Amino acid sequence: MRDRGKRGRPVTEPPHLASAGEKQNRTGTGRPHLAVVGAGPAGLAGALAAAARGIRVTLVDAAGQAGGQFYRQPAPALGARRPQALHHQWRTWVRLRDGLDRHRTSGRITHRTDHHVWCVERDCASGRFRVHALLGPAQEEGGTVDADAVLLATGGYERVLPFPGWTLPGVVTAGGAQAMLKGGLVLPGRTAVVAGTGPLLLPVATGLAAAGARVAALVESAGPAALLRRAPALAAQPGKLAEGAGYAARLLRHGVPALVRHTVVAAHGTDRLEAVTVAALDRTGQIRPGGTRRVPCDTLAVGHGMLPHTDLAETLGCTLSGPAVRVDGEQRTDVPGVWAAGEATGVGGAALALAEGHIAGRSVAARLHGTVPDPGRWAAAARTRDRLRKFAAALDAVYAPPAGWAAGVTDDTVVCRCEEVTAGEVRVAAGPLGAGDLRTVKLLTRAGMGWCQGRMCAPAVAGLTGCPLTPGRRPFARPVPLGVLAALPDADGTGPDRNGPD
Amino acid sequence: MNPLELTRARPGEPFTVTFDGRPVAALPGQTVAAALWAAGVTAWRSTRGAGRPRGVFCGIGVCFDCLVTVDGRPNQRACLVPVHPGDEIRTQEGTGQDDARPGEAGPARD
Amino acid sequence: MTKRLVCDVVVVGAGMVGAACALYAARAGVDVRLVDRGPVAGGTTGAGEGNLLVSDKEPGPELELALLSARLWDGLAAELGAPVEYEPKGGLVVAATPGTLAALADFAAGQRSAGVAAVPVEADRLHDLEPHMAPGMAGGVHYPQDAQVMPALAAAHLIRVSRARPHLGRTVTGVLRTPDGAVLGVRTDRGDIHAPAVVNAAGTWGGDLAALAGVRLPVLPRRGFVLVTEPLPHMVRHKVYAADYVADVASDSAALRTSPVVEGTAAGPVLIGATRERVGFDRSLSLPAVRALAAGAIGLFPFLERVRALRAYAGFRPYLPDHLPAIGADPRVPGLFHACGHEGAGIGLAPATGQLIAQALTGGTPELDLAPFRPERFDTDRPERSDAGPPERFDTDGGGTS
Repeated sequence: MRDRGKRGRPVTEPPHLASAGEKQNRTGTGRPHLAVVGAGPAGLAGALAAAARGIRVTLVDAAGQAGGQFYRQPAPALGARRPQALHHQWRTWVRLRDGLDRHRTSGRITHRTDHHVWCVERDCASGRFRVHALLGPAQEEGGTVDADAVLLATGGYERVLPFPGWTLPGVVTAGGAQAMLKGGLVLPGRTAVVAGTGPLLLPVATGLAAAGARVAALVESAGPAALLRRAPALAAQPGKLAEGAGYAARLLRHGVPALVRHTVVAAHGTDRLEAVTVAALDRTGQIRPGGTRRVPCDTLAVGHGMLPHTDLAETLGCTLSGPAVRVDGEQRTDVPGVWAAGEATGVGGAALALAEGHIAGRSVAARLHGTVPDPGRWAAAARTRDRLRKFAAALDAVYAPPAGWAAGVTDDTVVCRCEEVTAGEVRVAAGPLGAGDLRTVKLLTRAGMGWCQGRMCAPAVAGLTGCPLTPGRRPFARPVPLGVLAALPDADGTGPDRNGPD
Repeated sequence: MNPLELTRARPGEPFTVTFDGRPVAALPGQTVAAALWAAGVTAWRSTRGAGRPRGVFCGIGVCFDCLVTVDGRPNQRACLVPVHPGDEIRTQEGTGQDDARPGEAGPARD
Repeated sequence: MTKRLVCDVVVVGAGMVGAACALYAARAGVDVRLVDRGPVAGGTTGAGEGNLLVSDKEPGPELELALLSARLWDGLAAELGAPVEYEPKGGLVVAATPGTLAALADFAAGQRSAGVAAVPVEADRLHDLEPHMAPGMAGGVHYPQDAQVMPALAAAHLIRVSRARPHLGRTVTGVLRTPDGAVLGVRTDRGDIHAPAVVNAAGTWGGDLAALAGVRLPVLPRRGFVLVTEPLPHMVRHKVYAADYVADVASDSAALRTSPVVEGTAAGPVLIGATRERVGFDRSLSLPAVRALAAGAIGLFPFLERVRALRAYAGFRPYLPDHLPAIGADPRVPGLFHACGHEGAGIGLAPATGQLIAQALTGGTPELDLAPFRPERFDTDRPERSDAGPPERFDTDGGGTS
């Protein structure tokens, strides 16, 4: 393995990243090598399971510390002596963290922090992989990791559907509020409303309240009837229900009023958020006339569920199933040598990610050692996986955005935050101009052409136009400096040269 | 109660950075966004179309709404980039490239 | 569902060329229906940069087509205005060495005699035109007639103002013919559309449509990648590319070879095109291709080294073996007209193509001699130069998917 500077020079590895067992591996020499992309629950579980079975693992992750979003840790310099006050399932984290430390010490796992992966390249001839990353928070230089197999544990990101005022400073995603709290130990303001739909809202509301924010309301668009309809599937998860009950108790303790079957229809303010309008929903998800109230707040933490990160998988050629990467019982994708686990294969939470990552790691280990794995060895994890997938599907059905949300998006509401494309422009593209799919709407309006490449607006555009929500093609999973692209090895591997007019 | 008290944090010595020329206290380990939030600042970009204010939205580096100019380097994601003593943080106008030409920015720093 | 529709002409293909055919035919009083299996601009049109170029064309039939198109684009731009993002920005071809500059000057002199505005630019004046260009170039030629549009918007708005009825998401499965072979309409997956004339504007898939009508038209895909950067202020003002001439005296003409084309857009991003590869319809990302694009672009504009590419995408240019499009009536099938095979120049050449097709449909005299574009010209026994031979690796020979 080696890192490349942006001009293709191998760069000296910082000493804290180098480890004893680190040597350039070629197929057939030394221990087989797995690159795990993402150090959240799925990636960690996969890395530990593979490393414990004789695989050399490089854990490649964008953050400065392992944990992903769920176990996001405060920066060490903040000196938090009790970070668990902001976390759940802390003991699981301690186990993962200690396992990672052990394997790092023994050289079985190399942890590459601050590596923002923009592409995973598969060499069709050898079947080997090169993981291309941008280094450091600045992401101006490139680095690569070569491997015999890849586990994609890229996680997910939050879906937020638009409403008038949603671009005002002070409106943040629910997960964003939580990430800033867990990682930076900061609050966005003094008075928060937590709104949207999904299981994330409860921990965000209780977390903000525990950290000293006044949470003026928890606004959930799903109604109790929907929960009841799914009661059997949900009751099969007593642990999860207890977790929910625990959150409910905490809401009470912090005096957070919970408004179910309600939605935020508008955010108000000139240059920052001052208040939101909350409306009651009827049983069909339409706004009940006359049932609105204005809630003053300086923060709105809003989210409507999660979407998987599938860019790297798609560029590798992996087949998707709906919005997620399709995997088999061993967590293999349909591209040889590529495994996937966690939210990338379907959003289901940290416990499901752990089970999937564990299975993936064991499968990788067996396959890279040239053997066929025995699924009986991971039967317990497989049972957990099946149960939690059913639970996730039930939650998905319960926590749907209100049916009538799109009608509330006024024509002057910005939908594409990057390119400032309004709902009105999107509607014209899908109407008089005849666009019937997300790509054509993008071509005709620029919605989805900006910095975030449609990650934020695609669900909204799909909902506003009735186009199917198809994952966008994003060959670069992150913006890549042209200098890094220019320094890539040549087609024949001889390194960069000029292609200009000289 | 605040998050630092809740987690019994003992951060290092605060240091000073500037935001649009005025001094702001920051803690070691914080991102630019966290330091600005702690100082009560929620907007540090104006969009290139309508000139509207923006700040943190997704908080995890996906949405690019929190782009900011730090030490003359535009388009830094405030939610990812750690703050350093003496940083000159400026509200990013538009593409951020109008006064800071990309080819003339300083050397990379991690 | 299978209701039979009747009209004067069915245009197959809702890309830029189909849109222009529909517009000019409708304006000639013809009742037009436009059919496409996908959306507007779903093929090569939606994957291009929107080049309206005369600068890259040597004197000959394609240049005549381009000059006619340039005049027509002026009118369309006046009519459609800002929505299609028409920008008469001009092109700037630069030469790095005195030798290349001499060849470029010769090439430009030939173009001038054919009616192209080609203005020599001294080395010390290049930075007046492009302040951020790399230093040390030997000189260049400015082509004020080169322009740009946003191709998907252009196609959508041409269709809108044509008032031709679009049938999108509808796949043509057959060409209906009378017992004596004349065109009777098209069969689609959602019913027949009857018309005495069918225009093949199916672009890269034009060969497939010709086959449905029982004739051969060897249109093949030639892949191109385009890199799109973060939005920038107006730092690249023209369509800029570097010229290099292969001094192959044995060849029939001086072939123009260029490094990647770099241009700013009204919306902010810089577009960098375009590679050429014959790899079938493979959309998968080629890192060597994007590497060549990036390196070439930085060679022209060093500031781009720190600029970020937000995305890369592939398109498939429809090319015919002699690199000229097929335009006009097909004598093998009465009622069948072709308007495809424009390779990387379809956006620019579309209005002229549409006008010529409209003139052919209405029995008028075509404004240009259509002989070089005869669709049946490949029906010969001799092997076709570009159909045979080893598959080419990509080279960056300019022009781009336009």
